[in-house]
Amino acid sequence: MAEGTQTAAEEQEGRQLLTAFRHGDVAAFETLFRQHQRAVYGWILRIVRNPATADELTVETFWRIYRAHARFDPSRGFAGWARRIATHAALDWMRSVRKERELKMELASDPSALAIGDPAVSAEVRSKTAQAFQRLPPKLRIAAVLAVVEEQPHKEVAEALGISVAAVKLRVFRAIRLLRKDLEQQGIRP
Amino acid sequence: MNEHGRNRTEEDRIRKLLQKSMPPIEAEPEPSRDLWPAVLKRLNEKQAAPPWFDWALLAGLVGLVAFFPTAIPVFLYYL
Repeated sequence: MAEGTQTAAEEQEGRQLLTAFRHGDVAAFETLFRQHQRAVYGWILRIVRNPATADELTVETFWRIYRAHARFDPSRGFAGWARRIATHAALDWMRSVRKERELKMELASDPSALAIGDPAVSAEVRSKTAQAFQRLPPKLRIAAVLAVVEEQPHKEVAEALGISVAAVKLRVFRAIRLLRKDLEQQGIRP
Repeated sequence: MNEHGRNRTEEDRIRKLLQKSMPPIEAEPEPSRDLWPAVLKRLNEKQAAPPWFDWALLAGLVGLVAFFPTAIPVFLYYL
């Protein structure tokens, strides 16, 4: 009974926190930041695969979150909304990097990352695969990295990208097709 | 094996190769430092910067005064 009362009190507190944030309360925003920063950081890191960039994009994401506080709907929860904003921040970053033609793969420049890959596949093949992956259009890359590499459920990926599950599957399919063509052009037949 | 089946198998191989080339991130990664001070700094910087339409309004007023100096008393009257 006491547990039930406590849960109801916690729920009430949670609702108040979200409502305060919606009204632009910075203290409420800090509480939400402390609760969600790890999850947001982890999600971004899965996409960009570089801790320094993930730090930077986590800050950018929370700045965007605060800027959009008036549009936040407390009834729909904070975590999914934050993840969606984080995904778009990461996508914008991927597009800007692509525009600058900085297509060097983070993993390729990080020997330790390649070292932890499967030793049955040569480092050269892994490096070429990772570089070919970086050449994919950002929209396809983000769907493929989350769904194939990180094995996140398609439903979660779809929610984060603001598209349907069928669209996620299509993007992954197209990403794999393009990757196959790229690798074949380099003489790699998986 | 037909064309469709062969394509399917090759795509499965690509998936596996991708997973081997880019190992998944550990379960619960943490930021290297507390990011709240950086968020707060960013928030204050952005709040301090006037919005673009303020600058546009100011530019319009300066232009108006420069090209139509006789409008100054009218502005002063309405201030």
